[in-house]
Amino acid sequence: MALVGRSVPRADGPAKVSGTAHYVDDLTRPGVLLGATLRSPVARGRLRGIRRDPAFDWAGVTVVTAEDVPVNVVALIEEDQPVLAADEIRHAYEPLALVAAEDPVRLAGALRALTPEIEPLPPVLTVADALARKAQIHGSDNIFATYRISKGDAARAIARSPVRLNGTYRTPHQEQLYIEPQGMLAFWDACGAHLQGSLQCPFYVQKGVKRTFSLDDAHVDVTQAVTGGGFGGKEEYPTLLALHALLLAKKSGQPVKMIYDRQEDIEATTKRHPCEVTIESGCDREGNLSAVSINVLMDGGAYVTLTPVVLSRGALHAAGAYRWDHVAIEAVAVATNTPPNGAFRGFGAPQTIWAIERHMDRIARELSLDPLLLREKNLLRVGDTTPTGQLLKESVGIQRCVEEAKKASGWDTKRATLGRAAPVRPVAAMQRQTAPGGSASRKARGIGASVFLHGAGFTGSGERKLKGRVAIDMFRAPSEKKPRFRIRTASTDIGQGTETVFLQIAADVLRVPMDRVEFATPSTAVVPDSGPTVASRTVMIVGSIVESAARELFARIEYERQKRGGSFDDAALRLLADQDPVVSEKTYEPPAELAWDDATYRGDAYPVFAWGCDIAEVEVDLDTFETAVLGFWAAHDVGKAIHPLMCKGQIEGGTLQAIGWALNERLVVKDGKILNARMSTYIVPTSLDAPRFTTILVEDPYSKGPGGGAKGIGELPMDGGAPAIAAAIEHATGIIRDDLPLLPEDLFAARQTGT
Amino acid sequence: MKITFVLNGRSRTIDAPPLARLLDVLRGTLGLTGTKEGCGEGECGSCTVLLDGVPVNACLVAAGQCDGRTVLTVEGLENKDGLSDLQDAFVTEGGAQCGICTPGFLMAARALLAGNPQPGEGEIREGIAGNVCRCTGYQRIVESIRHAGKERASREPG
Repeated sequence: MALVGRSVPRADGPAKVSGTAHYVDDLTRPGVLLGATLRSPVARGRLRGIRRDPAFDWAGVTVVTAEDVPVNVVALIEEDQPVLAADEIRHAYEPLALVAAEDPVRLAGALRALTPEIEPLPPVLTVADALARKAQIHGSDNIFATYRISKGDAARAIARSPVRLNGTYRTPHQEQLYIEPQGMLAFWDACGAHLQGSLQCPFYVQKGVKRTFSLDDAHVDVTQAVTGGGFGGKEEYPTLLALHALLLAKKSGQPVKMIYDRQEDIEATTKRHPCEVTIESGCDREGNLSAVSINVLMDGGAYVTLTPVVLSRGALHAAGAYRWDHVAIEAVAVATNTPPNGAFRGFGAPQTIWAIERHMDRIARELSLDPLLLREKNLLRVGDTTPTGQLLKESVGIQRCVEEAKKASGWDTKRATLGRAAPVRPVAAMQRQTAPGGSASRKARGIGASVFLHGAGFTGSGERKLKGRVAIDMFRAPSEKKPRFRIRTASTDIGQGTETVFLQIAADVLRVPMDRVEFATPSTAVVPDSGPTVASRTVMIVGSIVESAARELFARIEYERQKRGGSFDDAALRLLADQDPVVSEKTYEPPAELAWDDATYRGDAYPVFAWGCDIAEVEVDLDTFETAVLGFWAAHDVGKAIHPLMCKGQIEGGTLQAIGWALNERLVVKDGKILNARMSTYIVPTSLDAPRFTTILVEDPYSKGPGGGAKGIGELPMDGGAPAIAAAIEHATGIIRDDLPLLPEDLFAARQTGT
Repeated sequence: MKITFVLNGRSRTIDAPPLARLLDVLRGTLGLTGTKEGCGEGECGSCTVLLDGVPVNACLVAAGQCDGRTVLTVEGLENKDGLSDLQDAFVTEGGAQCGICTPGFLMAARALLAGNPQPGEGEIREGIAGNVCRCTGYQRIVESIRHAGKERASREPG
């Protein structure tokens, strides 16, 4: 029986439930020192020196400053970020120096005994100040990147439209808040640099280490430890942490472990980019969309990190899941003196999809149309083209997603009976205390929806340039009579289930039970570079390389069997007698027909899109303005669910992150510093905040997806939750919010100002 | 200070400062790294262990408080046949994704099921409300615990 499509027990499950899975903080080495970071207390300034308290006993303490860094750049897209600040400080918490000591008490003492001498400079803290060039902090204009996408003549078409509407929509920072803080264990030996850590992309870290220490591939080994969540937060940042740990290890001559505590992790690591989107649209009175003009403005923080790519993905998703004949999108990201923003699940798309979905609700409001009917009228279909001119050839399952979500949620009835259609319901005294003033508290219910898409895999020619590689080994284990197989990729399992899904795909092709296939721990010394674990690409792109490597291996064994007889195992063992292991290595072959032009931003932005419709039902307390999510229906077109249970787990987990962004999470930033960098003050949803999810897997297969048509869905569920919640709150209360978050104080303020 | 307590069914005596965090004693002195630290301030629940059967955050418990008492950690959940029903349910029902919060959830669930072998969904959500998971959206964790309760009921009628 095929493994693909079945929810087999996850391969890494037993270790994780028995406490034997080793995360980075569970690892140690003889003589290991602990490392820590001295950080800037100011948002901008010049570092004049670092004073060491002569009264402190520095014996056995290692201190590293910028002078100790061989090549003081973090090699990402650009090389604007130093490993340690040498002169200009560009954001609060920027690393200035490193210390290592043998125990936490000595380490904390040493850190206190270092005082940075800083000449403060006036910081640029807002996007408006950056654009106004209040100070020059990046290049000549403080702009990290600009993208333009154009189709038809949007300005002219909008001017001619009977219904023209505009709005501005804002989204704030969001912290990934993986439960395992970032950490790295580093040491040097005769072979070079070794790292084990909590990370998504071993080859990104290797690239950074090679650059800073001028080493080649063979002398840098980066190995993933079991990783306690990432959500993008462990995409680029671990490179910096790895460099820090290696610098301390090099200078001290001992292994060094650096584990951030929660406050340091929230303060220093990357966040979701705050974003402002302005939309002007034109349509007719029946709600047939014609043209849209969109301006996207993102706050990149102090260094480039991955901002251009985040901005690009945001722009490419800004027009939503709809047909527009005319589109003009301009997207700009600027530098500010705030901690650098970076990768976070969705990668720019949740920000722009928030905007277009709120704008769709604005159009529905203006035309007095059912918001889902308006969306259904305008959904992209096979044969339509996207804003970049990409012709959608297959696997556009959005219509079915909408139908399934509507049916399961009881949309039509609830839309007609809840919200302003229904009188506000006093809550029974048994359920709730009487509110101050003697009147019973009141609650209102409502239902709202969102429709969205997410491009799977790297944008444009990204996969073609990357040429991801995967290897599968066949080998004979001692005392075993049958061949075993090992999948080698750089794709990390950070909780999403990569290991299990790859085993399912390979075992099916090889026609062996899953327990005869292994998943090699991603380590740059052992695995080929299948690319980073990002961009919803692991199952769809790397999974398809796993599938093709397995097919090639199977064909070799089958050829041997046909030639010389016996069973599959006999043939495999004969091959192994000649050569052990037998290795099949494959490189990704992007579909030949995909065409993309980076210069004009025209063509096939993604090989395929995944699609979703979310429906939220909420109850808002009209006295406290607390929102309870009573039900949540998510119908997502995943192409093919390789492992339905884990696929639903991705959708539910991603959706709750989106609900948290809407209802619970607020990062308070003042003077470039984060005021609530703790789990007691930055609130993420608990089991009592989370709704019961009804998750519907729609399967409209992608012809080139593995396992019979799988598409990437890691990020899709982050896109729809927030706008669905906002729409439900609007339905319940009449409060229209164009900005996130939607905490009680935000709804209260909106009610007071009458918006 | 000499501290004696029953850890995962075995009596142990350690020498530790009485105000040392139980979490550090478990992970450091005793080498039981299954209990995880996510926040160090009692918010995330990743370091949940059972102290005399009651879930506590090991980051907020002083080692001295454990003298003469019973501590159960994730390493003590397996029975003679291997994984317990509860652990097994987290593997088969999708209760563990990245797994860093899982030991804490298992301990909270163990305490819940000990007092209420077949909890309803609301009771389960209440029982794990002190534990934060950022991966699952909680639904598969709720299902895992419900499943474990059912398994137990089907094997031990009445």
